[in-house]
Amino acid sequence: MSETLLEVDSLDVRYGAIHALRGVSFEVKAGEIVTLIGSNGAGKSTLLRAISGLVRPSSGRILLRGADVTRFAPEAIVALGCSHVPEGRRIFANLTVLENLQMGAWAKRGREAQGLERAFALFPRLRERLTQAGGTLSGGEQQMLAIGRALMAEPAVLLLDEPSLGLAPLLVRQIFSIVREINAQGTTVVLVEQNAHQALGIASRAYVLETGALAISGLASDLARDPRVRRAYLGDESAE
Amino acid sequence: MENLLQQLLNGVTWGSIYALIALGYTMVYGVLRLINFAHGEVYMMGAMSGFYTAHWLGFARAPSVTGLVVVLVASMLVCGLLGAAIERIAYRPLRGAGRLAPLITAIGVSLLLQNAGQLVFGADPKFFPPLLQSHEVFRAGEVAVSNIQLTVLVTALLLMGALEYIVQRTRFGRAMRAVSYDAPAAALMGVPVDRVISGTFVLGSMLAAAAGILVGLSNPKIDPLMGLMPGLKAFVAAVLGGIGSVPGAMVGGLLLGVIETLVTGYLSSTYRDAIAFVILVVILLFRPTGLFGAPTTEKV
Repeated sequence: MSETLLEVDSLDVRYGAIHALRGVSFEVKAGEIVTLIGSNGAGKSTLLRAISGLVRPSSGRILLRGADVTRFAPEAIVALGCSHVPEGRRIFANLTVLENLQMGAWAKRGREAQGLERAFALFPRLRERLTQAGGTLSGGEQQMLAIGRALMAEPAVLLLDEPSLGLAPLLVRQIFSIVREINAQGTTVVLVEQNAHQALGIASRAYVLETGALAISGLASDLARDPRVRRAYLGDESAE
Repeated sequence: MENLLQQLLNGVTWGSIYALIALGYTMVYGVLRLINFAHGEVYMMGAMSGFYTAHWLGFARAPSVTGLVVVLVASMLVCGLLGAAIERIAYRPLRGAGRLAPLITAIGVSLLLQNAGQLVFGADPKFFPPLLQSHEVFRAGEVAVSNIQLTVLVTALLLMGALEYIVQRTRFGRAMRAVSYDAPAAALMGVPVDRVISGTFVLGSMLAAAAGILVGLSNPKIDPLMGLMPGLKAFVAAVLGGIGSVPGAMVGGLLLGVIETLVTGYLSSTYRDAIAFVILVVILLFRPTGLFGAPTTEKV
């Protein structure tokens, strides 16, 4: 049994009157790819935002490598080894590609050179674009930059929010194969996706979120065969 | 023609002081989307702390370049701390409270400093000690340049150069630009956003302090309400250049100084204060993003 890296325990998040997460519990073990699937508004992004400290949960606990980080500031959570690639990539459009990557290395100041080498090995395209402003990149390149930037902090756990959103099918496949490669290099991955088919294909375990609560969980291969999942998320009308 | 050259020179000198103050407005707006209306009072505090430092350390009686440098640095340090304190005490507790509450608080801090200044320093004007003996260093025909003018201009340009270096070339400057663009994303990179905001106030306040000293050199009458008008005008300069843009604040400040001097010289000094606000209205009507401001686009 490998070590539990990330543990979320009966987490509740409210935005004013909206109860965005209701008693969500899940865990991620070292070396896994865990995917969270669910429809728009199910609370997937909120869950990631709570883990990385961007939103304050109203109750529940988040443990990162055994430490209670529930009330920690985002920068402390990054320093503890959990990086978040937010939805929409959130590239600093006014900074060059190199500066974007350097921003990612904030917590790992002395290891910038190694980080850059790793980013270029995964995404050779970034090396060609180094002095370009981040805002001038294409959507796919921006996604590569967003992932490369998060890896600069050498996270133990990488949270990816909809990395395939808005990308052409060829790029989607490329991104998923890179996620698999990052995982093979030893980084644990939590993948939030609407593209359930691809996500279940590379994940070891999966959780399904419905209106802020966990509905189904299990091995990704089992969920891919589960009729409820097939009907709701894999577009299989015939599933019983 | 020579008169025009002289006017331009005076305008650029005066404008470089506006530019120094405008930079503080624009940088704070960049990271917080807040117009820090207390910034003019930080500039006033710069002149005041320069006044007291010069007297306490004895530089007021014996003008020297060393004295000027010491007074300048001391006043920048005092105001740097003041700026950080204002941010920590008045603005940070309101983070996430929308934009109106901090704006009103800024006006409150401004009034507080004006009135506390009158209480502590006295409402009567003081005469800023002549840290440099004024003399002419250069003359071409009718155009004369004094050492004080030259000192103001060179100091202001050096400080702006230093700021540009910090913003473009240092780790802190990079973080400042990142926070300006997208603060939550910067937090996800591990950047301590609050410390970057605090540092931005320190930098802006140090520049305002320098402006206070340079004004003390060239217009030695200082009083606790002296920050009001230059503060508003530097705000206009920042809007003219494009609020949030560092080069915009520099150009906006210089431009406003030149325009004001030309209006005084060729029309009437009566319009001197009015022209800045006419510019503000015109800019807001026809080009609200200013000269250097990018049109605001939706972030995707």
